[in-house]
Formats: sequence, structure tokens, C-alpha cells
Amino acid sequence: MSLASASLGHASRRDGAINADALRAHARREARGLFVLLSPGLFLVFAVIIVPIGWLFWLSLFDETGQLSAANYARFFEQASYIKTFVTTFKVAFTVTGACVLLGYPLAYMLSQLPRRATSICLIFVILPFWTSVLVRTYAWLVILQRKGLVNTWLMDLGVIGQPLPLANNFAGVVIGMTHIMLPFLVLPLYASMKAIDVDCLRAGMNLGASPAATFRQIFFPLSLPGLASGLVIVFVLCLGFFVTPALMGGGKVIMWAMRMEQTTSLYSNWGAGAALGVVLLAVTLALLGLFHWLLGARATGVWSRR
Amino acid sequence: MSMENALPISHRQRLWLYALGGLVMLFLIAPSVIIVIMSFSGSTLLEFPPQEWSLRWYESYFGSIEWRDATVVSVKVAVMTAIVATLLGTAAAYAINARILRLTGLINALLTASLIIPVILIGIGTFFLYARIGLNNTLTGLVIAHTVQALPLVVLTVLSGLRSYDMNQEMVARSLGAGRFSAFFQVTMPQIKFSIVSGALFAFITSFDEVVVSLFISGGETTTLTRRMFNALRDQIDPTIAAISTCLIVLSIVMLSAAQLFGRGR
Repeated sequence: MSLASASLGHASRRDGAINADALRAHARREARGLFVLLSPGLFLVFAVIIVPIGWLFWLSLFDETGQLSAANYARFFEQASYIKTFVTTFKVAFTVTGACVLLGYPLAYMLSQLPRRATSICLIFVILPFWTSVLVRTYAWLVILQRKGLVNTWLMDLGVIGQPLPLANNFAGVVIGMTHIMLPFLVLPLYASMKAIDVDCLRAGMNLGASPAATFRQIFFPLSLPGLASGLVIVFVLCLGFFVTPALMGGGKVIMWAMRMEQTTSLYSNWGAGAALGVVLLAVTLALLGLFHWLLGARATGVWSRR
Repeated sequence: MSMENALPISHRQRLWLYALGGLVMLFLIAPSVIIVIMSFSGSTLLEFPPQEWSLRWYESYFGSIEWRDATVVSVKVAVMTAIVATLLGTAAAYAINARILRLTGLINALLTASLIIPVILIGIGTFFLYARIGLNNTLTGLVIAHTVQALPLVVLTVLSGLRSYDMNQEMVARSLGAGRFSAFFQVTMPQIKFSIVSGALFAFITSFDEVVVSLFISGGETTTLTRRMFNALRDQIDPTIAAISTCLIVLSIVMLSAAQLFGRGR
């Protein structure tokens, strides 16, 4: 178009300029219209999420007397109870993430290998729990794992154990319940990435004489690692801020980060301290997601969040 | 071509894998199945399998004014959330899909913020904000808070529908004289309506199942079902909750099947 207008006379060049102005005005109008469509949603998110979090951050910078201070952050290093909370949180997060990898990898691998029909049936077993209320699933595990619960009754009837095992209201209960809730967050992105592995790569390996085991180890497994990493990061980050299951299954003994935040604000009304906990939690979460993004150049948003 | 045709690995050689995968699937589904069966138990002890069968826990659920009120609150909030989130989310997805706005990175980050930010922080923040503007313990406050959480799901679902739709069709309609709105409602919307309905269903179930934020901002007259369940579970394991849980599981199945059905209609 620029070539054509260059070869034309003076008058038509001016027409072109007017035309361009009109087009630009039209584009601006379009953009304005689209922004109007976008703004109610953006406004809600800004008002309900960004503003309060900024406010809490501001609060966390002042001590109880209203003086600007780092007291709310310093206590994390000084008070043993806070350190214990962080240690517990990371212990739970690592254990649950590890359990999810051990259980989730074989399942995702199986899903990626089955014929299409069988896969879609098996996927129901992952997606249905994923969309079932976290509260319902935690309640189910409470019933199954409690002192006189299903597992203990069966094991005692079978004579495997003489005393009921302490499975609920402790660390083990929290880990089992949370693993059940986090597992789909690992399996779904992992399955998707395994499904995207080019079968020709595997066939080429086998044509060149690799055994099925070697093909898996040397070709399939490395190619599945980005998907695994993505699921792993999501699970770990969700574990750090998880509330419902440890609050109900921890028996008051397993205090995780989010529970501590709830106690500090609801029970003790210490907003500065609670806000500081929240700010650090958010910073750790964003740092982990950012690190993952930087290392793999991919976003850990494989699955929609359900907490 | 499916993989088992390509690679010389027989199903028999994979038996160990199927066994392992099957066990994990059992782990995933067993809790829901056990709760559904137990909810029909006739005894106050949560035994499995139940020795006698009855509907007493369902009677206890539907007969209790407190549980019924909480359910009504949750249904109201979920319906309103589904409507508001679908409207705002569809509008936002449409605007993002046009790709002519600047700062799309920032816009996407804002719209999906509630997926990344720890929900406990959102809960405390919302409570703190609502305390100042008087929205705690109100239906409006619950709907707004749940809408923010459901919005990313609607945006992502509708956006995926728009990606497989040729926007030029709408341009054609507009160049033939249709206004922006009539072009959208007559040309675009009929073709992405399945995504919109799926998004609405996801928004409904997100709101209905939401626990953490509701714990902070609901109470009194507006206590949601999940908040009441959470508080009941803190005290004791009431078998009535098995009946409520079964209803919630059935609701999830219905919603997912509906979304699946609409998805297939595409």
C-alpha cells in the first residue's frame, strides 16, 4: 500500500493520510470499547485482591505501638514457635510432593500409554476427585483413618496389628489427606506433557536397538521431566499455603503456615504479625514460580487451581 | 496412531504398570465411594460396610433448619457467582482475544492472580477489606469474593472456546452493518456458547465448594454450607456430614457431566 501511494499524486496522498487518521481513530475506539469490557473484572480483582494485600503489607511494617519497625518479621527468626511452624510446613510440603511424584508418575505414564477409550475412562478417576469438595475428601479421610476407622478396624480384624495405628490427627493423617488432594495437580499436567511426547522419537530409539526399558529411561523419561517439574512446583506451592486439611486432620499438633496466619489474625487479632506471615508466604510462592519460569522458560499454570 | 501399536511392548509386559496405576486410581476414588456408602448407614458409628441401612442421616440433613439455611445461602451465592463471573469473564475473554490491547501481560497476571496467590492470604485480605466497608456476613460480599476466585476459570474456558473460533466471522457481520453487540450475540455467541456454559458450571461449583475465604467473611445469617461443615468437623465427626458429602459428590458429578456433555456439543 505504501508503494502504491508513493507513486500516486499529491491529492491522493493526502486522502491516504486522512484515511490513516480515520483508521487510527477507529482502532482507538475499538481499544477503548474492549477496555470497557475488561474493566469490571479487572476492577474486582484489583479491589478484592490487590488492594487488601497491599494494605496488609503496609500494616506488617508497623509494630503494636504504631512505630515503623521490622518487628513483625524479626520474630520469625527469634520465636521458636514460628520456626517450628515453618519447619513443619516445609516437611509436609516435601513429603506430600514426594508422595505425589511416586504415585502420580506411574499413573500419568499408564494414562499416556492406554488406548484412547481406556484413557478417558481412567481420567474420570483423576478428574472426579479433583472437582470434589476439599472438605468432603478431608472428611472421608478422617472417617477412614481415625482410631476406630476403616483402616484400623480392618487391620485389627485381619490380625495385622494389635493396637490401632495413630493415622489421623497427626502428621501422617495430614500427609495422606493432602496427598490425595494434591495428586491430580501433578497427574494432569504430567499426563498432558507425556501425551505430547513424539512417538517417532521412541520408535527411532527402538529401531536403533534400544530395549523398551532403555527407551523409557533414555528418551521418554527425560522428555517427561518438564511436565513433571511443572506439576511438582504447583503441588509444592499449593502445599505451602494449604489450610483445610491440616486444620482438620492435624489434631492441633501439626501447625502449618496458613493455620498460623488464621490463628494470629482471628484468635489474637495481631494483624501486623499475620500480615507479615502472609507477605513472606506470597514472596516464597512467587519466588518459586519465578524460579521455575526462569529455569524452564515455561509457566507452571498447567492446571486450574482448586483449593 | 496410538502408542501400543508403535512399540513392541505387550499389555502383559505392562501388567505391573496397570496394577500400580490401578492402585493409585483406587486411592483417588475410594474415599468418595466409602463416604457415599456410609451415608446410608443406620448406625451412629461410622462402620464400613454398614450393618444396617437407613436414610436417617439424610433426614437429619434435610430436617435441620441450620443445615437447610446454610445450603440455601450456598446455592444463592453460587448461582449469583455463576451469573456475575460468567458475564465479567466472557467480556474479559473477548477483550483479551482481540489482542489489540497493550499490557496484556499485566492484564493476564491480574485476572489469574487468584489462582497463584495463597487463598489464605485472599481470605484474610478480603475480611480486612470487608470489615472497613461493611461487607462481612453479607451475600453481596460472598458473591464478590467468589466471583474473583471463579473469574480466571471462566476467562480460561471462554478463551479456549474463542481460540477455536474464527473472529473474522464477527468482522464480516459488522462490515455488513451489524453493531458490535448484535454481531456478538448473533454470530459469535452461538458458536462459543458451550464454553460459556462450561465456564458458568465451573464458576458455580467453585463458589459452592469454596471454604477458606467463606470461613473468614461469612457468618450468622449468611453462614455457607462449607463453613458450617468445617465448624462441625472441628468438633466431632457427625454422620450427617456423610449425607451432605454425598449430596456434594453427586452435585460435582452432575456438573462435570453437564460440562462434558456441552463440551461434546461443540
